[in-house]
Amino acid sequence: MAGNVWVLAEQWRGEVSEITYEVLALGSELAMALGVKLQAVLLGHRMESLAETLGKADGVLYVDHAALEEPTAEAQGAALSQLVKEGQPHSVLIPLTNVSLGVEALIAAELQLPVVNFCEDLRVVERRLQARCLLYGGKMEVLVRALREPVIFGIPPGTRPAEKGRAARVPALEEVAVTFPEAPAVRFTKYIEPEAGDVDITKQDVLVAVGRGIQTQDNIALAEELAQALGGAVCGSRPVIDQGWLPLSRQVGKSGLTVKPKLYIAAGVSGAPEHVEGMKNASLIIAINTDPHAPIFSLAHYGIAEDVLEVLPALTEEVHKAIRKKAG
Amino acid sequence: MNVLVLLRMVPDVVEELEVAPEGRTLDLQVLRMILSESDDHALEEALLLKERHGGTVTVLALDSPDIDDVLFTSLAKGADRAVKVTGLDMRVTSRGLAHIFAQTIATPGSLGPADLILTGTQAIDEWDGSVAPLVAHFLRLPFVPIVVQVAVGTSGGTATVIKEYPGGIRGEFEVRLPAVLGIQAAEKAPRYVPVAKVRAAAKSRRIETLPGPPHMVPAFVEVLQMMKPEVAGHAEMLEGPVEKIASRVCEILAERGLV
Amino acid sequence: MQVPAAMSDQAMAEMTLDNLYEFPEGRKVLTCMQCGVCGGTCPYGDVMEYSPRRIILMLRAGMLDKVFTSDGLLNCVACYACMAHCPRGIQLTEVLLPLVKEQVFLRLPEVPTELHKALENTLRYGNPTGESARKRAAWVKTSSVPVRILSEDPRPVDLLWFVECQNSYHPRGQDISRATAKIFHALGLDFAILGNEEKCAGECARLLGETGLFDTLMEYNMAVFRNYQFNRMVTSGAHAYDAFKYHYTSVGFRYPLDHTTPFLAKYLESLAPRLTRKLNYTITYHDSCCLGRHNGFYEEPRVLLRAIPGVKLVEMFHSRTNAICCGGGGGGMWLDTYYKAKGYERLSERRAKEAVATGADVLATSCPYEISRFEDALKVLGYDKKMIVRDVTELLAEAMEG
Repeated sequence: MAGNVWVLAEQWRGEVSEITYEVLALGSELAMALGVKLQAVLLGHRMESLAETLGKADGVLYVDHAALEEPTAEAQGAALSQLVKEGQPHSVLIPLTNVSLGVEALIAAELQLPVVNFCEDLRVVERRLQARCLLYGGKMEVLVRALREPVIFGIPPGTRPAEKGRAARVPALEEVAVTFPEAPAVRFTKYIEPEAGDVDITKQDVLVAVGRGIQTQDNIALAEELAQALGGAVCGSRPVIDQGWLPLSRQVGKSGLTVKPKLYIAAGVSGAPEHVEGMKNASLIIAINTDPHAPIFSLAHYGIAEDVLEVLPALTEEVHKAIRKKAG
Repeated sequence: MNVLVLLRMVPDVVEELEVAPEGRTLDLQVLRMILSESDDHALEEALLLKERHGGTVTVLALDSPDIDDVLFTSLAKGADRAVKVTGLDMRVTSRGLAHIFAQTIATPGSLGPADLILTGTQAIDEWDGSVAPLVAHFLRLPFVPIVVQVAVGTSGGTATVIKEYPGGIRGEFEVRLPAVLGIQAAEKAPRYVPVAKVRAAAKSRRIETLPGPPHMVPAFVEVLQMMKPEVAGHAEMLEGPVEKIASRVCEILAERGLV
Repeated sequence: MQVPAAMSDQAMAEMTLDNLYEFPEGRKVLTCMQCGVCGGTCPYGDVMEYSPRRIILMLRAGMLDKVFTSDGLLNCVACYACMAHCPRGIQLTEVLLPLVKEQVFLRLPEVPTELHKALENTLRYGNPTGESARKRAAWVKTSSVPVRILSEDPRPVDLLWFVECQNSYHPRGQDISRATAKIFHALGLDFAILGNEEKCAGECARLLGETGLFDTLMEYNMAVFRNYQFNRMVTSGAHAYDAFKYHYTSVGFRYPLDHTTPFLAKYLESLAPRLTRKLNYTITYHDSCCLGRHNGFYEEPRVLLRAIPGVKLVEMFHSRTNAICCGGGGGGMWLDTYYKAKGYERLSERRAKEAVATGADVLATSCPYEISRFEDALKVLGYDKKMIVRDVTELLAEAMEG
C-alpha cells in the first residue's frame, strides 16, 4: 500500500468527471515508471458503482459517508488526509477544477506535505517526480521537485487524453472508514441552475467569433451550429454588433467584453487591435479569413485562409462525426 | 461585521517576463508587480459588505516596493485600515506567504478579530500551494473557494456564500463564522477610484506596519529551472481542401480535450 | 470667431468652483446672458440634460448638486463648439466644464467599463490601450528613417517630438508616425523622441474630470522634459498640444510649442518642392476640434493639402468653426458602448456621412483619434470602398517620392 501513486477520482452530481480519466492516465504512467501501483480514491455516498469505471487503477479506496454526499473541500480534505496519513502513498494527484479546488491545499496543510499546483506534466527522474508547472497566465514554466514525500500534485485539465485513463476491467474495491467532525462548519444547501436567457460569453470555454467576413446576418447561423456542436457560444466583433446582428452581450473587444476561453474560433475577423484586446489570452485561437495577411494570423495559433462560409459548415460536420464516433 | 482582506502582488503579465541569469527565478529588471486580480475582487466584495452591514474593512499585505500605492488605493476606495508586514524577504512563495498571513492574523493584538477573511481564490503564481485554503487551514478556519457572492446572516454568526461550479451551475453553502473565503469575483466589478482620492489618501492616511513572524517555514518544494514555454510567432497555416482542413482542426481540438 | 486668451497660470492652477469669482476668468461666468447658443450648437445637444447655459444658471443659483449627481455630462465630448460660439467668450470647454465634471466624476456610482479600463491603463502604463510602456517606441524599428530616442542618446537636440499614445500604439497611428518621421527627416530637422519614457499628456482625462490622473501625468512628463535639453517641441497629439500650451504652463512649461500640422505649414517653402508625386485625390478635410475651434488652425492644413500636386479640396457641409466632432474627446473615445446603449448616433458616423456626401475619395484628418474613428464609421456604414481616411502627414509623405 505504501509508496503507491494515488489519484483522487473526482465525482460530481453522480458522475465521474472527465478530468479523472486524464489524471488516471498520467498517474498510470508514473506508477509504471516508479514500479508501484496506481490507486484511485473515491469519496462519496452510495457511489460504489462509480468505482467500476476506474479500471485504469489497480485498486480503488472508497470512503462512503453522508458528509461526502456533496463535495465540500472540507469534507473531502478531512477524508483524504486520514487516508494519506494511514496509507503513506508516494504521491497524490488531485484534479484542479472548480469541483475539487481547495482539497489539495487542505491536505498539504493538515499533514505538512508539499503541494505543487498547475502541473502540466509530471515525469519520473531518478525515482523522483519532477513537475512542469505553467504559471503567470501561461507566460512562464517552472520545473520543480518536492523536498519531502508524500507529495500532493494539483493537475489542471488537459495533461493527458482521457481515453488513455479508461480501461475495461473493474478494479478491486476497498472500503475504508474515516471520521468526520460532528457539526461541519461548511454546509452545502443547494445547487442553483443557470437562468435561461442570454449567455455570459466570459464564462464560455468555447467561442465562435464572427466578424465582417460573415457578410450577412443569416450566415451567423453557420457559426451558431459550430458553436453548439462544440458546446460553446457565438460572439462577435463590434461591426457585427453594431449592425444589430448580435446583442451587446456578445461583443468582444475594446468596446465589449474580454474573454479567455479555451478555444476561440475567429471567423471572418480581421484582428483589429480593438478586437484582439478582448480575446488575445484565449488558450487556442483558430482564425479563418480569406486575407492571408489579416492581422489575426499573427495572433492565432492556427490559420485558415479560406472562405468562412465554406469552412464553418465543414468544421461543424467534422465535429459531429467526432462526437458520434466517441459516443458509439 | 469586521472583514480582513489579504492582498498580494503578482507579476504583471502585460510586461514581457524574462528569466533571471541564474535560470530559476524571474528577472527583476523587467518585472512589474500588480495586485492579483481576484484579490481586487476580494476587496470589492469586502467593501460591498461594509456598505450593507457596516463594520470595518482592514487590508493586509506583505511589504514590497509597489505596495504603498495599492494600500492607499484601498483606503481611498473605503477600507478603514491598511497594514503591511515588514522586515521580511519579499521573495517568498505562496506557501510562505500563507504562513506569514496566518501567523500575523493569529498573533493577539495585531489586527483585531475578523468575522470574515477574504482573499482571491487563486493567483497566477501559486505553484507552491494556494494561499486562500492554506491560510484557512493554518488558522483552523472553515473555507469555501471560488466564491462569487457573500451574504451575511442577520445573527452575524453565519454567512451564505455562492460558489461557482462548471457549466454555469452554482452551489450555495452556509458557513460558520469566522471563516476564510476564496473570492473568484465580487458581485460588482471592482470600483474605479478617482486618482485625486488616492493622492489625498497618500497625504492624509497612514499605513500601519507589523513585524513578520519570527520563523519562516522551510521550503517544501525547490525550483530546478524556470523557462519560457514555446511560442509560435505566426499561426500555423492549415492548407488543402476544406474537408481535409476541417478534419485536421478536429484532430487538434481532440488533442486538447475540446471535442 | 475669436480664440479666447489663455488663462493665467495662477488661475489654471488654483481656480475651483468655490473660488471661481475670485479670478477674472471665473467672473466671466457672471456675464452669461443665457442665450442658449451653447446648447444649440452642441452636437449632443438633443440628449444633453445639462447644457452649459443651464449649468451656469444653476451655478449662479447655488444648485449644482443636481448636476454633480447626474451622469449627463459624460455625453460631453469636449468639442469646443459651445465655447467657440459663446458670444461672451466664456471658457466653457476649457475651464468651466472640467471643473464641473471633476465633481461629477468624484460622485459617479459607476464608471462605464471601457472608460474605467482606459483610465486605469493610462495611470499604470502611461497609455489607454493597456500595452506595456516598454512598447511605446516599438514603432521606431519599422521607420524607414532613423528616429533618435533621447533615453538612449541624451545629447541636446533641437526639436523634441512628443509622439502621443494613439500614434505610438495603434497600427494606424504608427502609420502616421512613420510618415511624420519621413517628413521631418526630409526637411533635415534635428529631432528626437522621448521613447518609452513618454506618457500620455493627460488632456482627455482632464477634460473628463479626472484631474488627479492629469496632475500625476503632468508632474511625470515635466520631470522627464527637464532631464533633457531641447529648444522647441512639436507634438502629433492635438489634445497633447492643448495640455502643454494651456495647462503645463502652470508647472513651468515654457518651450516653444507646435502641433505637427501648423508646424509643417511653416515649412511649406522647403516642403512644397519635395511633393513631387501627383496624387489624384479629391480630399475633404475634417477640422479637428482642438486645432480648429480651440486654436484657430483652419488654414494651415488646407495650405498643406493644396501644395500636393493633383489634389482637389472640397468642403463638408459643416466646416471650420462648425465642424462636427468625431466624438473622441473628453473621454468619448471610450464611451462608444455607453452611447450606443443609450441609443445615440455616434458622432463619427454622423460626420462620416457628411464626408461621403461631398463625393471626395479621401477624408483628411489631423488629430490621432480621428483616423480610427472615421475608418470604423465608414466600415460600419458600408462606405469603406468609397472613401479612405488619411492623416495630413500621411498624404504629404505619400506625395514625397522616395
